[in-house]
Amino acid sequence: MSAEPVAPALELDELDVAYRVRGTDRQVLRGVSLTVGRGESVGLVGESGCGKSTAALAVVRYLPRNGRVRSGSIRIDGRDVVSMGGGELRKLRGQRVSMVYQNPGSALNPTIKVGRQVAEAFAELGVPRGEVTDRARDALAQVQIADPGSVLGRYPHQLSGGMQQRVVIAMALAKDPSLLILDEPTTGLDATVEAEVLELVSQLQAELHTAVLFISHNLGVIAKMCSRVGVLYAGRLVEEGPVETVLQDPRHPYTVGLLRCIPRGGVRRDHARLDTIPGFLPSLGAPLPGCVFADRCALADDRCHEEEPPSFEVVPGHSSRCWYHERAHDLPRALAADVDDPVVDRSGEPVVRFENLGKVFAQHGHDVHALVGVSGELWPGETLGLVGESGSGKTTLARALLGIVEPTTGAVTLSGRELAPRFAKRSRADLRDLQIVFQNPDSALNRRHAVRRILLRALQKSAGLTGRAADTKLSDLAERVRLSERTLTQKPVQLSGGLKQRVAIARAFAGDPKLVVCDEPTSALDVSVQAAILNLLVELQAERGVSYLFISHDLGVVRYLSHRIAVLYLGRLMELGPAEVVFDGPHHPYTEALLSAVPTIDGTERERIRLEGDVPSAADPPSGCVFHTRCPRKLGAICETEEPPLAEVEHGHLMRCHIPVEELRALQGKQVALT
Amino acid sequence: MTVAELSLPQINEARAARGERLRLLMRSPGVLIGATVVVFWAACALLGNHITPYDPIYHQSPDVFAHPSSSHWFGTDRLGRDVFSRVLAGSRDILSVAPLATLLGTVVGASLGLVTGYFRGLVDDLVSRVIDAVLALPLIIIAVTALAALGTKSTWTVTIVIGLVFAPIIARTVRAAVLAERDLDYVQAARLRGEGSFYVMFVEILPNVMAPILVEATVRLGYAIFAVASLTFIGFGIQLPAPDWAVQVADNYTFMDPDWWTVLFPAAAIASLVVAVNLVSDGVQQAYER
Repeated sequence: MSAEPVAPALELDELDVAYRVRGTDRQVLRGVSLTVGRGESVGLVGESGCGKSTAALAVVRYLPRNGRVRSGSIRIDGRDVVSMGGGELRKLRGQRVSMVYQNPGSALNPTIKVGRQVAEAFAELGVPRGEVTDRARDALAQVQIADPGSVLGRYPHQLSGGMQQRVVIAMALAKDPSLLILDEPTTGLDATVEAEVLELVSQLQAELHTAVLFISHNLGVIAKMCSRVGVLYAGRLVEEGPVETVLQDPRHPYTVGLLRCIPRGGVRRDHARLDTIPGFLPSLGAPLPGCVFADRCALADDRCHEEEPPSFEVVPGHSSRCWYHERAHDLPRALAADVDDPVVDRSGEPVVRFENLGKVFAQHGHDVHALVGVSGELWPGETLGLVGESGSGKTTLARALLGIVEPTTGAVTLSGRELAPRFAKRSRADLRDLQIVFQNPDSALNRRHAVRRILLRALQKSAGLTGRAADTKLSDLAERVRLSERTLTQKPVQLSGGLKQRVAIARAFAGDPKLVVCDEPTSALDVSVQAAILNLLVELQAERGVSYLFISHDLGVVRYLSHRIAVLYLGRLMELGPAEVVFDGPHHPYTEALLSAVPTIDGTERERIRLEGDVPSAADPPSGCVFHTRCPRKLGAICETEEPPLAEVEHGHLMRCHIPVEELRALQGKQVALT
Repeated sequence: MTVAELSLPQINEARAARGERLRLLMRSPGVLIGATVVVFWAACALLGNHITPYDPIYHQSPDVFAHPSSSHWFGTDRLGRDVFSRVLAGSRDILSVAPLATLLGTVVGASLGLVTGYFRGLVDDLVSRVIDAVLALPLIIIAVTALAALGTKSTWTVTIVIGLVFAPIIARTVRAAVLAERDLDYVQAARLRGEGSFYVMFVEILPNVMAPILVEATVRLGYAIFAVASLTFIGFGIQLPAPDWAVQVADNYTFMDPDWWTVLFPAAAIASLVVAVNLVSDGVQQAYER
C-alpha cells in the first residue's frame, strides 16, 4: 500500500452528517471524532437511532441520496474520502475498505454458487483466471470452513447463517483491506455461532493486522472484540476510551445508565429490579443546544441544558462529554418500585402441564421431528425459561401449547383438564387463559387500528366486556402497563418499539390469562427499553400470579426472569431445573457450551467450550444421544448408540446425559458461574 | 420506569408523514394535469345541456358536414348536429358506466382476493384456476360473448359485465397482498382470541391492503373507460341516440375522409380522458409504493 505508514487506518474529525427530510436538514452525526489505528479494533456502541450505521455508511460514502457530510473530514489511510471523485472512491471501496453487514443472506447473491462469488472477489483484484478457484478455496479454509471444496459448489441458501457469514468475511478479506467495517455482524446468529464467528474475526485480525471498526449494540461483544470503544448517543460520541476503563469505570451518565440496564452477573428478579433510562431518544434532527443526554439525565442541571459540554479527558486516552464526568457514577438509580415477588408454590396443581409432546412436520418427503417427547409443567406464578439454539424446538413447543400447531403425540392440560389440540376447537375461556406476546411488536399489532380499538376488542373477546365496563377496564389496563391516555388514541406506527410492546402485553393481559407465552419479547428492543419491559413483566406476574413460558436467546434475560429453565436441543429436553442450578451447574454439556458462548461485559472470560459444526438436521437426527456429534464431553461409544434417559439427578433437576452428575460437577466445578 | 409518553415532535413526525403522501400527490405535475382534465369532463357530464352551445341531440342544422367554423367550432355531422356540443355532452354515459364497473370489479375482486389469500388451500386452488381461465381470454372477447349471450343492450348489463371481468384481475393483486399479511402476528393474535374468519379478513386484514386496492382501482378505471368505449364502438355498449364519444366515432367513421372532424374530436376526447385517468393512477401508485 502506498499510503504513509504513520497515517491511521481511519480518522474521523468533527464529522457532521445530516439527512435532508422534507426540505430541512436533520443532523444525524454531531462532530464525531474517532481514530482507528492500524491493526487496531475500535467498537462503536449505542442504541438504535443513535447514528451507528450512518457512521459506517459515511466512512465509505455510501450514505443514502438524501444524506450528506456537512462538515468535518474522513480519512482512510491518510487520504480524504469526502473530496474523492467517483473513480478514486471506487478504488478505495475495491481495495482498501471492506464491509460486513448484519444479514449475510442478503450480502450473497442467491443465484450464484458460493465458489463463483468468492472467486469473483479475487478476479476483481487482478488474480489470473486460472488461480482464482484455488485462491477461493484457500480463502474459505482461512475462515475455518471444514470442507471448502464442497462449500464452493453450493448455493448460499444451502449454508447455515454462520457459514454464510464466514463466506462473506472471506470475501471481505480477499483484498487484504486496511480497514474492515463490521456492522452488527453476529446479531442474527445463535450465541454459539456468534462466539465462533467472533473468535474467527479476532484470530484473523491478529494474523492479518487489519484495522477493524466494529459496530454493535451488544456491549459484551464489544468488550470481547475491541481494544477501544466509542459510545454514541443521538449522533454524538459521548464517551470514548479503552474498553476496560469505559465499561468498568464509565464517565458519562449515558454509559453508566446503559450498563446498569443489562441483566448480568447472575442478577435475578428476587435480588433487584432492573435500572432503566427514563425518557426517549431525542427525535431526529431536534435542536439540542446543550448536552444531548440532558433530557434523560438525572444529574443534569441548567448548565447541561444550555451549554454543550466539550470533550473532557478524564484520564489520558479516555474522554467524556459530560460536565460532571467526575461524578457520573453517582447518577441516581432509576429504579422501578419494589414489588413483593411471591415465592412459587409448587404444592398444588400445576396450571399447565404438557406431557410427551411431539411434533413431526412432513417436509419434502422427510419427517422432521421438531419436538420429541417433551414433558413439563408450570405452576401458578412461575416463569419457565426456554433456551436452545434456533431449530431446537422452542417455538414449536410454545405453538403446541397455544394450539397453533397440533402435536403429533401427547397433550396439554390446563388446570387438570385436557385441552383440544387445535385452538380453533378450544373454548373461549381456554383461549383467554393462554395468551402470547410476540417477538416483533411491529407485526403483532394491526397498524391500521388505534391502540384503544386493539385493547377494547381484546377486552370484548377475552373478558366479555363492552361499553362503560370495557372503558373502565381499559383505563385500568393502560395504567397497569403505563400507557398514557394519549397513546390510546394513536396508531402503532406513531409509537416507539417499547410502547408497542406494552400495548401487546396489555392485550395479552386483557382477560386475566393463566399462562402467557413470551416469545423473545425484548429481542427487538434496546437494552434500556428491555429493562423496563422485564420489570413490567415481573410486576404483572407478582400482581396477578400469571405463569410465563419465556423464550429467549439472551441467557442473561432468561436467568433474570425465570424460576426454572428448560434447555432444548433438536426438539428434545436436555435439561430442566431451577434457574440457579441450571446456570451454576453441574449442568448438561450442551447447557455448559451455551453458557460459555455468551460474551461478558466485565471481561472475565470463562473458558469457552467449542461446539463443533452446525446443529444436525432434525430430519436425520444423530443416533444415541442427539448431542454426541458436537459434545465436548463425549464419553465414547455409549453416547453414539444409546440415548440417555431424562433422569432426575438432583431434587427437581432433570438431565439427559450418560455422564454421572457428580462427575459433571467435578469437571465443571472449577468454573465461576456468570452470565 | 419510563413514563409512557411520546414526545411532541414524534407525533408531529407521524402526522407529517401521512400528510406527505397527499402533498406528494398534489405536487406531481402529471397528477395535477390529469386531475384537471378528469374534473373538467366530470363537470361537463353534470352540467350537460346547460353549457353546450346547441342541443347535442335535437338541434339539427341544415348545414350537414359543415367545416369547423366560428358558429360550429368542431363542425357538424351527417345530420347537421353540432360536434362541439356533442363532445361536451359525450362524457355523461361513459363517466357513469366506467366508474360503476370499476367499483363493482374492485368490491368483488377485493373480496375474492381476501378469501383466496386468507384461506389458501382448496378454496384458493379452485377460485384461482377459474381466475386463470378468465384471465387467459382477452377482455373484449369475454365481454362480447357475455353481452351477446345475455342479449340485452342496457348500460347496466355493460357495467356488470365489465365489472365482473375486472374482478379476477383485482382479486389476483389483492390475494398477493393478503398472502403477505396473513402470516403477520396480528392475524395470528386475532385468531387466537377467537375471531371468526370474516372478522379477520374484513376488519383486520382489509385496512392493511387498502393501498394496493386503491392503486389497482385507479389503474382499472383507465381500462374501464377504454373497454366501455371499445364495446360501444362495436355496438354492444352505450346506444344511440346518446351523444357518447364512442357512439359518435362509430356513427361517423365511414365519413372520416374527408369529414375528419366528425371523428377526430370525439376520439381525442376519449383519449384525453384515458390519459388523464392514467396520469392520476400513476401518481397514486408512486405515492403508495414509495
